[in-house]
Amino acid sequence: MGDAKRPAAFYALAAVFGLFVLFLYGPMITIFVLSFQGPEGGLTFPMRGVSLHWFAKLWEGMGVVDVAAAFRRSVALGVVVMGLTVLFALGAGLAFRKRFAGSGLLFYVSVASLIMPSIVVSLGIGLQFRLIDTAAKSALESGGLSGLLEGYGTAMGLFTSALGAHLTWTLPFGLLIMLAVFNRFNPAYEEAASDLGATPWQSFRHVVLPLIAPSLVGVGMFGFTLSWDEIARTSQAIGDVNTLPLELQGLTSTVTTPAIYALGTVTTVVSFAVMGGTWALMRWLRARGGRRAAA
Amino acid sequence: MSSSPRNAPAWLQATPFALVFALFLVLPLVLVAAVSFWRATDYELIPAFTAQNYFDIFSGCANTSELCVTLKTYLSTLKFCVLVWAITLVIGFAVAYFLAFHVRSVGAQTLLFILCTVPFWTSNVIRMISWVPLLGRNGVINQGLQAVGLIDAPLEWLLFSDFSVVLAFVHLYTMFMIVPIFNSMMRIDRALIEAARDSGASGWQTVWNVVVPLSRTGIIIGSIFVITIVMGDFVTIGVMGGQQIASVGKIIQVQTSYLQFPAAAANAVILLIVTLMMIWGLTRVVDIRKEL
Repeated sequence: MGDAKRPAAFYALAAVFGLFVLFLYGPMITIFVLSFQGPEGGLTFPMRGVSLHWFAKLWEGMGVVDVAAAFRRSVALGVVVMGLTVLFALGAGLAFRKRFAGSGLLFYVSVASLIMPSIVVSLGIGLQFRLIDTAAKSALESGGLSGLLEGYGTAMGLFTSALGAHLTWTLPFGLLIMLAVFNRFNPAYEEAASDLGATPWQSFRHVVLPLIAPSLVGVGMFGFTLSWDEIARTSQAIGDVNTLPLELQGLTSTVTTPAIYALGTVTTVVSFAVMGGTWALMRWLRARGGRRAAA
Repeated sequence: MSSSPRNAPAWLQATPFALVFALFLVLPLVLVAAVSFWRATDYELIPAFTAQNYFDIFSGCANTSELCVTLKTYLSTLKFCVLVWAITLVIGFAVAYFLAFHVRSVGAQTLLFILCTVPFWTSNVIRMISWVPLLGRNGVINQGLQAVGLIDAPLEWLLFSDFSVVLAFVHLYTMFMIVPIFNSMMRIDRALIEAARDSGASGWQTVWNVVVPLSRTGIIIGSIFVITIVMGDFVTIGVMGGQQIASVGKIIQVQTSYLQFPAAAANAVILLIVTLMMIWGLTRVVDIRKEL
């Protein structure tokens, strides 16, 4: 492959690649453009003026759906999922560097979680919380606490069942990234640190953590963006309130104005902002690590 | 080894991670299996042991003259599965091959790879509805075809049809093929390609006899992802099929929303068995853990 002249296959494959990228991004670009449709415009071209009309409509809420509240719920859940994914995946990644009883089983369970049809997981969690509710209600009843019984709705919610459902989706990705990181990790750095008298905690805090920090940022991004867009696992395990993508899915069959494109633009902008922020943070951490190593 | 994270008991570090899967994956699955044998009234679940839920699913399936609803639904889901698998495999392989073997600088390779994966981190529903202005009755494609005079009336089968479902699946999930296949291809020793060429192999022969066998792991991992996603799907088929096309996942979703838990659980168990058999066949040939 060292010769300068490109074979014909290169141009054919480059064309396929170009078409594929167009196929990936073309439709998305179309709805970004259409979300700035004028007040008189419809769901398809032509554009009838350019305005922020549909973003304003979106902010007022769409029918019975409070978009702003769903937006806040999704951000809150995404942030919590992100934090827990980083912590738990880091812990598991460190554990997997050593042999421990059941490590093989744990690995296969998390891979199973990744490829398990989401509707099955969602049904299971929904079922579990329904049984918890039944048990809790009968316990309150037999305990004579019927006052509490009236206030009791369901244990299902954003930070119970939905959080659990999201973690079954984000943690396997986190673990796979941590395993890949530690597979390429040179233990000589830690050994050098402990030879120089660092306590175990010091060598983790000052040697291992700075080296893997950029990857942890990546794990965090997976955590947030996967949670931010998750539908299938959340669907049966959320209870009375909805996350933004669930509201969006419901709106696809009822809303017939460009406001839905405006909502699409908003959620995509959030995804891109998180990706951009992650990229910037990773670069900054790497640059800092490089300076430290050079100093 | 004396660093703290290495000294702390490994099981302690893995406990939060393991607890999540025990509480939100293993226990729910056990409950699904158990409840699939329960009975239910309109408002409560009754612990029992009955195979009635399974009989109900297959009722009428002994009839040979006409397919029962369950088999029809599975066949329809399998049809999507095979179509999407074949298309994503061909596109995914071509794209990964281009990136791995034809893009020469590492910088360009990374950039183009990221270009392919970025949409994965954006909303699937948005990516689905973004086809509406293109495929709709008055969409770009129909307007274009009518303007050139190729058709007189708008094509109806473009949107909310089998076609749009397959299109959306390919659009959403080709990434799951590209990443593992690309990963496998990057591990292929370039000397092997040279050797094949020096021995007189044509381009096609090299791809078929050297690259494909050595990318087998990536191909299988990608296939597992695509097959399990399509088998359990209800969101894509729902939105892109205009809520008119049946799928196994959709049956489970509808039954759950009507609180028919035992019936939904029995369907979930069957779906799981079918999917696991498909994966089992594929994993016979590969150990995922070696590939990281």
